[in-house]
Amino acid sequence: MALLDIRDLDLRIARGRELLPVVQGVSLAVEENETLGIVGESGCGKSLTALAIMGLLEGSVVRIAGGSVHFRGRDLLALSPDERRRVMGDQMAMIFQEPMTSLNPVYRVGDQIREAILQHRRMSRKQARDRALDLLELVRIPDPLRRIDSFPHQMSGGQRQRVMIAMALACDPKLLIADEPTTALDVTVQKEVLELMRSLQARNGMSIVLISHDLGVVSEICDKVAVMYRGKIVEQASTSTLFSNMSHPYTLGLLGSIPSTDHDVEWLDAIPGRVPTLDEAVPGCAFHPRCFAANESCRSADPSASAVSPAHIVRCHFPQGSSS
Amino acid sequence: MTRPLLEVRELKTHFSIGRGGFTRRKSVLKAVDGVSFSIHEGEVLSLVGESGCGKSTVGRTLTHLETATAGTAMFGGRDILNLSPAEFRPLRRDIQMIFQDPFASLNPRLSIEQMLAEPLFIHGLVRGRAEARERIAATLELVGMDAKSMSRHPHEFSGGQRQRIGIARVMILTPRLVIADEPVSALDVSIQAQVLNLIKRLQRDSGVSMLFISHDLGAVRHISDRVAVMYRGKLVETGRKRQIFEAPRHAYTRRLLASIPRLEKRIA
Repeated sequence: MALLDIRDLDLRIARGRELLPVVQGVSLAVEENETLGIVGESGCGKSLTALAIMGLLEGSVVRIAGGSVHFRGRDLLALSPDERRRVMGDQMAMIFQEPMTSLNPVYRVGDQIREAILQHRRMSRKQARDRALDLLELVRIPDPLRRIDSFPHQMSGGQRQRVMIAMALACDPKLLIADEPTTALDVTVQKEVLELMRSLQARNGMSIVLISHDLGVVSEICDKVAVMYRGKIVEQASTSTLFSNMSHPYTLGLLGSIPSTDHDVEWLDAIPGRVPTLDEAVPGCAFHPRCFAANESCRSADPSASAVSPAHIVRCHFPQGSSS
Repeated sequence: MTRPLLEVRELKTHFSIGRGGFTRRKSVLKAVDGVSFSIHEGEVLSLVGESGCGKSTVGRTLTHLETATAGTAMFGGRDILNLSPAEFRPLRRDIQMIFQDPFASLNPRLSIEQMLAEPLFIHGLVRGRAEARERIAATLELVGMDAKSMSRHPHEFSGGQRQRIGIARVMILTPRLVIADEPVSALDVSIQAQVLNLIKRLQRDSGVSMLFISHDLGAVRHISDRVAVMYRGKLVETGRKRQIFEAPRHAYTRRLLASIPRLEKRIA
């Protein structure tokens, strides 16, 4: 049984009297010790999927319209708020793109980590402080004895993200959801944070869902990848399969859009057009207006997800470069 | 070789930061600390580095948005750093800037037509409204926008379209030097590629010189002829693009290149 099992997740956003679909039929599974990457551009639904898993959509304009999210066999969507609080932060934790907005500016970072521990663990304040120190050391904050009493503004962006990771790891979660964890960081710092996440995963035996717009970041640390476009998963495979046998025109377009640092190309293979807005209805496949392979059938019928090879799922009428 | 269009020598831009408190001690932030480079006609030089290295301050100093502390910047035979605001004004047409956030650099209350007409009239480049409209329509088409979008306002456009409008506003003045400060960083991946291609094509076709300021090494490789790597207010290495990417000499350049997630090794 998968650690996290999402089936047919449907999310809708309330716009006036209408409920517009923002995530449709998303199914994902994350095994123990596995890292899943979810890639896509703004508005594709990747962050909303993460928020739905964490139960953070409550009270927002986004409704869960269907589907299930099972974590270690329990349906997270059916939990009461109390039960949910016991799971979140303990067995599951989340880190966000901008650590400054997730940290409280008026509390010392050590106290914030300690609070995360004491939410879920029975121990003295002294024990919790020692644990916080261990965590700061674990995330390789230099001079943790001094840093534990720092305020967030006294730290660099990279250090703040390390504090967020320390807080997320406070209770040794089985699942870490990381939403663009390195997007706000410089490349050299990004590299360190990604290496840290990878080593912590090996050490703690934890699963990670990494949400990113950056195929490069995903290819560095993920075992498998789901590519989302306009609320749907358009391609899903192991990272090595995906990069050796990319099939969906959108995935290919994303790759072609990234300028290489290893060789010179005259022009980038950019995807034409733009992502349609939520209220623009697109008949058939949502990607067809931008797709080089689209024809009449793409305009009339939305393709269903099908396997081009075992464990390689593509939602396209004309998957590219498949060996079949 | 001909004389460079822009020749920057030992540029320094320092900021004094008041610390307050009892001692009232002031400290000095040396954002740009002795930077020299030149850009030839039709050449694209990239200034690459991480946040806080001073790369944006270089561009802002050259356009008089910050005041230089020391150094010279020769442009068309004059040191533009020593010009008074009045003396620099006519040069603004020749030295134009593209910013990261196009929405912040567009006036929300003006239509696209008004926004593009303004600089044309300020610099006396057109004789009347009809001529302005013609120029605007042609420039919009040049950046891949429908001339009919002229009557619309910035909020009606997506991020990529807004950046195209920002580029149109620069190109309509036929400048000699464009300073582009992270022009695609705020855009989605697929839109970044479109706008990078557009900037490259417009630069080629017009032969304008460009200072391309970016933290994105892929974009830098795609667009530049030469690259200058900046670290803590200083240039650590300058060279032809291929030399920087394929045979970097400075340790920092090597570290920067080694930090990029490499897609190629996955594809190979």
